[in-house]
Amino acid sequence: MNADSSWVTLLVMLSPFIAAFFAPALTRLLKHNAAWALALVPALIFVHFSSFAPRIADGGVVTGGFQWVPSFNVNFSWYVDGLSLTFALLISGIGALIVLYSGGYLKNNENLGRFFSFILMFMGSMLGLVLSDSFLMFFVYWELTSITSFLLIGFDHTRAASRRAAIQALIVTGGGGLLLLAGLLLIWNVTGLTEMSLLLRSGDLLRESPFYLAIFVLVLGGAFTKSAQFPLHFWLPNAMEAPTPVSAYLHSATMVKAGVYLLMRLNPVLGDTAPWETVLPIFGGATLIVGTLLAIRQTDLKLMLAYTTVASLGLLVLLTGFGTEMAIVGGVLYLIAHSMFKGALFMVAGSIDHSAGTRDINRLGGLMRIMPITFGAAIVSAVSMAGIWPMFGFLAKEELYLGLFATQSWSLLMTAVAFVGNGLMFAVGFAVALKPFLGKLKADSDHPHESHILIWLGPAVLAALSFLTALFSSLTHHFLSSPMATAVAGDTVSVYISLVPHFGAPLLLSIATIIFGIIVYLVLGSARALMARILDAIGWGPDRGFDQFVNGIVRLSFMVTGWHQSGRMENYMKATFILVAATILLPMVLNGELPAWPAVSTQVQFYELAIMAIAAIGLLAVLQAKNRLTAIVSLGIQGFAVALIFMLYGAPDLSFTQFMVETLSVVILALAMTRLRLLPTDHRPMRETIVDATIAIICGLAFVLMLLRVVQVPFDPTLSEFFKQYSLSIAHGANIVNVILVDFRGTDTWGEIAVVLIAGLAIHALIRIRFGSRRGEIAANEPTE
Amino acid sequence: MNTLIFRTIAPYLTSLMVLFSIFVLLRGHNEPGGGFIGGLIAASAFAIYGIACGVSPVRRAIYFHPLGIAGFGLVLATLSGMLSVFFHVPFMTGLWGYVPIFEENVPVSTVLFFDIGVYFVVVGAITSVALALEERSRD
Amino acid sequence: MEILMALLVGVFFSVAVYLFLSRHIIRMLLGAAVLGNAVNLLIFTSGRLTPEAPPIIATGPAGTAEIMANPLPQALILTAIVISFSFFAFLLVLTYRAYQELETDDTDEMRFAEPRGQTLPPLEY
Repeated sequence: MNADSSWVTLLVMLSPFIAAFFAPALTRLLKHNAAWALALVPALIFVHFSSFAPRIADGGVVTGGFQWVPSFNVNFSWYVDGLSLTFALLISGIGALIVLYSGGYLKNNENLGRFFSFILMFMGSMLGLVLSDSFLMFFVYWELTSITSFLLIGFDHTRAASRRAAIQALIVTGGGGLLLLAGLLLIWNVTGLTEMSLLLRSGDLLRESPFYLAIFVLVLGGAFTKSAQFPLHFWLPNAMEAPTPVSAYLHSATMVKAGVYLLMRLNPVLGDTAPWETVLPIFGGATLIVGTLLAIRQTDLKLMLAYTTVASLGLLVLLTGFGTEMAIVGGVLYLIAHSMFKGALFMVAGSIDHSAGTRDINRLGGLMRIMPITFGAAIVSAVSMAGIWPMFGFLAKEELYLGLFATQSWSLLMTAVAFVGNGLMFAVGFAVALKPFLGKLKADSDHPHESHILIWLGPAVLAALSFLTALFSSLTHHFLSSPMATAVAGDTVSVYISLVPHFGAPLLLSIATIIFGIIVYLVLGSARALMARILDAIGWGPDRGFDQFVNGIVRLSFMVTGWHQSGRMENYMKATFILVAATILLPMVLNGELPAWPAVSTQVQFYELAIMAIAAIGLLAVLQAKNRLTAIVSLGIQGFAVALIFMLYGAPDLSFTQFMVETLSVVILALAMTRLRLLPTDHRPMRETIVDATIAIICGLAFVLMLLRVVQVPFDPTLSEFFKQYSLSIAHGANIVNVILVDFRGTDTWGEIAVVLIAGLAIHALIRIRFGSRRGEIAANEPTE
Repeated sequence: MNTLIFRTIAPYLTSLMVLFSIFVLLRGHNEPGGGFIGGLIAASAFAIYGIACGVSPVRRAIYFHPLGIAGFGLVLATLSGMLSVFFHVPFMTGLWGYVPIFEENVPVSTVLFFDIGVYFVVVGAITSVALALEERSRD
Repeated sequence: MEILMALLVGVFFSVAVYLFLSRHIIRMLLGAAVLGNAVNLLIFTSGRLTPEAPPIIATGPAGTAEIMANPLPQALILTAIVISFSFFAFLLVLTYRAYQELETDDTDEMRFAEPRGQTLPPLEY
């Protein structure tokens, strides 16, 4: 790929984000008609990637990219093979329809501009995810889809249910993302590769690695949370709190398939092993059955669809992990079919809600005459979902039975699971597509009406595609199915199934599925009541478990906080000083750095001893001070003693400064103390006095030992000599201390005088500001008993 | 503290101390002294004046708000540091020049102005604190 | 001499820490003043003690004395004294204001930010 087209692809990958930036302004200008303009972006993306199709159909791949962090061998690079291309076309194609649909669905919402912005950002993230070559880029986009999904689920943020669903989705998918990150890092460590394209050529490297199982579990953690596999499926139905375009786009057609994408992408390097071919079908199968059973329980159109989506994702995982080439082809076809029919059905559910004012299936009926186009789209999509001739779903169902069915017990079990799941989905699909439209007219809204063109266009186009892709199956297979299956399987696969039925076990299974489905459809009411009773009997589910988990975390952190933040100052102080002593003493003791026993010096002058004694007496007097005057005077005594010490050891500057500071301290202390009460006793009980004194003495001892140790090592005079040598010659000053302050280390001093000024300002503010009614607030802050 | 004697000598004492503080400030580069010490001496002088004669005479005497003086000091210190920029040397590099006054070459340097800035910051900030506390203790 | 100074520094630190551990905010304030001196003496002693030889280079014909005090810790301490004084003044005013507003100098009763008997944060979303 040459440089120019690299730039074009980069621009195309970034275009949704650019459009997201301008969407709010555009929406203010054009109102809901901005949808037409914004839909051009995904449409152009679709056209751009369509141009890759012939090359990829001939077995080629398109790669390109730029260096990102060369030192870590991380690039911003993309890799487009059959799998990526199919996903990219689904994302951009359905994305264009969804943008239009959103314009109609949220026509009068004042935050429509923000919605467009979010959904375009999501589109850009999802596109990046499926096109990424480098692991880091893949992970970043993966997390971006979680975040944009969070924003979209919580779009109606004034409702608590939306907020809960958004947080739940973020925690589950974000947690999975962390597992995935660990998995990708492990892959990087094991193989030394940072790019998908190189990894896919690494053969058995991962399978033979001792870390295979760890990588496998971590990758599954990412994929299963994203693709809502049982028992982590609960966030997906809750995500139906989002506006319907989001449910149609993120939570059925694209984002939730990211997990499946990941599994399909890594199938050539991680698949074909015993854990892969056991764990994936078991979890996928369990998800399929649980999803369909829970779907039967629901009466809300969107929830019914949501649970069938969970089930479909289970089916896709089952097919990806089953291991035969036919099963993979079945999975590929089912994925394409599902995106079309489920996207359409979600949009239909939204149209019904929009027009009739309710999504409850028991309160809907007779809309066929009023909403003919929507009805048509619904029926065609339901037929495809049920796997009935002549829709694309039929091809998928034939192929998956072909792939699963064999006479071994494992295959029979999986076939049975798929059979039950398909039959139940058949019933739910037709319940969604028929019940609102047939029978007598029932609706909450006064004027049920056919929707705006923006709303019916999406489902109609997708429904038409369900038929057209099946009719021209050879074209579909040439450009989409075969390249995608090739990429997933890891070696060349040609798909040739068409609408011409061939007799055999798959066809019989299809017919049996239809009969089973019709029976369930007829007894749906009582089946629903039965499921409701069973679920009530169980009582607990992962959804409630999530609440318990989150509440548990809050309670735990409350407990921990209450324990170590007691609100008692003396505890904080004790902890601080114990830590200070430990920081000094422990390394000295552990490293054997304790000072040698000092030799007693004989050259101590009397006046030196006297000054030290004065300092010590001053200090003890401060400790014992029973009134203000004693405290102030004794504080002054120790300060002046320090000044004398400075004077004795050749520091006149320090001595003068200390004298002045002590004088001023005494003055301001005297000024402020007149208003403060110093109680004669410290009112510490004896036990506390002993504890505090012990801590204080240990602290003091620590500093004594440290200082003794410091003066016992040879003195390094390099710096001091430097200053002595250059003070006069360079800085023209004889007083070295002053030269250091104003010249050598002038910038430090500059910072220090700034601190002095700031302290002055703060004090000024503290004194001047009056807190008026503060006391009332303080009283209000006390808990009421 | 409000004795007649104290009140009478306080203005003279204060003037002397301020004068002394300037002396200490200017000799600081070669002898013990400098901006910090000088500033503290001057601040004590104002504090004493305040205690003896009340706060408002002090505020009248120094004319500017003490924090304004401190701010001026910080600006002066910063500018004398930044002057080096025009001579293509790093921030805070000392620059020296000699100004002939009465046949005597008096050294003038950015370092000196920096030290004067330090002096003003210390005088301003600490006088502000002392005066504010004196005001509070009277009302 | 350094040994005695080390012991004195220890006394300074012990007294400062003991005052800090009090529940009375005024005693903590005194502790802060003592702690400043303790740290300054610690730095001063670490730079070795040289009796009566200020770090000032003689400019006259006598030349520079060979032994003079270490100027580096002195420069560090000089600014430290002024800053710890500003800090002390700030703490003093803060104490004073807190005493005025809360009418107590007992840290256990200053509970505006951390009231007693806090309840669980809300568990809804």
